[in-house]
Amino acid sequence: MAGKTLYEKIWDAHVVREEPDGTALLYIDRHLVHEVTSPQAFEGLRLAGRTPWRTGAMLAVPDHNVPTTGRASGIADPVSREQVETLDRNCTEFKVVEFRMNDIRQGIVHVIGPEEGFTLPGTTIVCGDSHTSTHGAFGALAFGIGTSEVEHVMATQTLIQKKSRTLQIRVDGKVGPGVTAKDIVLAIIGKIGTAGGTGYAIEFAGEAIRELSVEGRMTVCNMAIEAGARAGMVAVDEKTIEYFRDRPFAPKGELFEQAATAWRELVSDPDAVFDKVVTLDAREIVPQVTWGTSPEMVAPVTASVPDPAAEADTVKAGGMQKALAYMGIEAGQKIEDIRIDKVFIGSCTNSRIEDLRDAAAVIRGRKVAPNVKLAMVVPGSGLVKKQAEDEGLDRVFTEAGFEWREPGCSMCLAMNADRLEPGERCASTSNRNFEGRQGQGGRTHLVSPAMAAAAALAGHFVDVRHF
Amino acid sequence: MQAFTQHTGIVAPLDRPNVDTDAIIPKQYLKSIKRSGFGPNAFDDWRYLTPGEPGMDHSQRTKNPDFVLNQPPFDRATILLARENFGCGSSREHAVWALTDFGFRVVIAPSFADIFFNNSFKTGLLPIVLDEKIVDELFRAVQAKPGLELTVDLEAQVVRLPDGRELGFEVDAFRRHCLLNGLDDIGLTLQHADDIRAYEARRRVQAPWLFANA
Ligand code: SF4
Repeated sequence: MAGKTLYEKIWDAHVVREEPDGTALLYIDRHLVHEVTSPQAFEGLRLAGRTPWRTGAMLAVPDHNVPTTGRASGIADPVSREQVETLDRNCTEFKVVEFRMNDIRQGIVHVIGPEEGFTLPGTTIVCGDSHTSTHGAFGALAFGIGTSEVEHVMATQTLIQKKSRTLQIRVDGKVGPGVTAKDIVLAIIGKIGTAGGTGYAIEFAGEAIRELSVEGRMTVCNMAIEAGARAGMVAVDEKTIEYFRDRPFAPKGELFEQAATAWRELVSDPDAVFDKVVTLDAREIVPQVTWGTSPEMVAPVTASVPDPAAEADTVKAGGMQKALAYMGIEAGQKIEDIRIDKVFIGSCTNSRIEDLRDAAAVIRGRKVAPNVKLAMVVPGSGLVKKQAEDEGLDRVFTEAGFEWREPGCSMCLAMNADRLEPGERCASTSNRNFEGRQGQGGRTHLVSPAMAAAAALAGHFVDVRHF
Repeated sequence: MQAFTQHTGIVAPLDRPNVDTDAIIPKQYLKSIKRSGFGPNAFDDWRYLTPGEPGMDHSQRTKNPDFVLNQPPFDRATILLARENFGCGSSREHAVWALTDFGFRVVIAPSFADIFFNNSFKTGLLPIVLDEKIVDELFRAVQAKPGLELTVDLEAQVVRLPDGRELGFEVDAFRRHCLLNGLDDIGLTLQHADDIRAYEARRRVQAPWLFANA
């Protein structure tokens, strides 16, 4: 019998029962909760007279709506405030641990899960948010769910699921200097497309992935959803295990060693068979910039904007045309000639300490270009912010002309006050460049933190390797 | 959940791939703590020429005459015809709530994003995957005859064209059962509460660290 993939190992360990058609009841170890997708679920529990199955498996935090300035005076927008206060009330009523807005541990749900050691290897992790795939970086099965499923997990600690097919994406060889985890994952999406992973659980493997820090692996798994897959994962190694030593919710002492022994098994067996395998050569990956309104509309910074006329697929060509019109750029224009108005360094893709260090290394001692109206850094959590301040990174940013903000989702989706005005163009380290994502009429180009930093200084995109 | 057995309605063509959940329901409306009332803001950025915020009287905003759902008879459509990777993006179930609140009962596309597909069944919206060539044909048929009606029969798993032609589609046995009977997943799962407790007891022994601090 062939060995098992990492996905299959975790899946098999969590099946409570299975129906003849393969529909399984899957046990959920960890449930992260935020303010946007939970109110209707808590309300559903209340209406049915139910209580959460296991509140100890839940951790809640407001992140999408929270302001990134002036928090002492609360949330100005009454609708946002209502939603955050609803989370506070629900967590109090149902006795769920919550890091409130002014708690230093507050931050983006996908940053704080691992940071607190709430996310652990080998677990099933869900959250009413598609970027839950991020947690797969630690050898966990983590995926986003809708509000009805949030309620289902609250009430039963399980989900009704069908097994996904397995896709291994192997990135062989080492990337060159200046090429980061973000460039790797954008290159992957450029290759397989935004529907390339639909129906699959992706395992990212190969030398370039093993070489990444756990934070880099989080960036890659974060965007598995942009590749169409609900879950992305990376096998456990010693880096993974060391990451969890002394994290608040992680096991300690004897129990940690016992856990670590089990965690070392969380790798695909050498003879495991994947339903599909895609390979990339890391040496060919250069810094990436998206030019359109879908993450698959991506090009190397050294290239030009592609021409829809050269696309054989007519539906695709039509999509490209609409994207170019929305983005206000021309086919054939050099990526490096695209000028920007704003810069956003943040989001669950790239707001951890090492992302901030990467950006700061480019910025140190230089100034934001005069045509850039706003450049902002939004750390992923209060603890990331504090660490960055301890390292003096905040001053590197502010002296260059960046704004240094409070943690949250911020301009990744512009549910709070941080947003683009119609027509404004942004170099963003987030994960989605959809129409209107960062504000109605706003234009988003996805890049790595180092590339966003370089663009801020130049006022247009530049190849950070020669900057 | 609203049961789904058979449905006949007008088809609206939304001719672009990768329609994302941000387009289906823009984020400012996600601040609602309710499950209803999203219909006027389905496809908000495409449907209106002026920016929208929650709490506005949306009937007073200027509509975009070029957007298909503003054009009769499509403004009364209950079946949405779409292109590949429909519903990609966030996990927001609000996207499904917006479509059902608008009046849609069915979305037909060559492919759907996984989370959206899953969410649809929870609110009684039926997502149907048909071959790309057939979807193409349907687009042509709707363009030739705006107001074209289709009948979707979940029991028989077919989409019926006015000329009587039937297009078969696949649907998971369990999901079909739940949808036909309007069953609530949570109630069904809690019938297996003993199995869940037994699993949990085993897990506590195998992986005690998962129960130590949480
Ligand atoms: S940072 Fe952006 S992508 Fe991540 S959870 Fe927040 S809104 Fe979603």
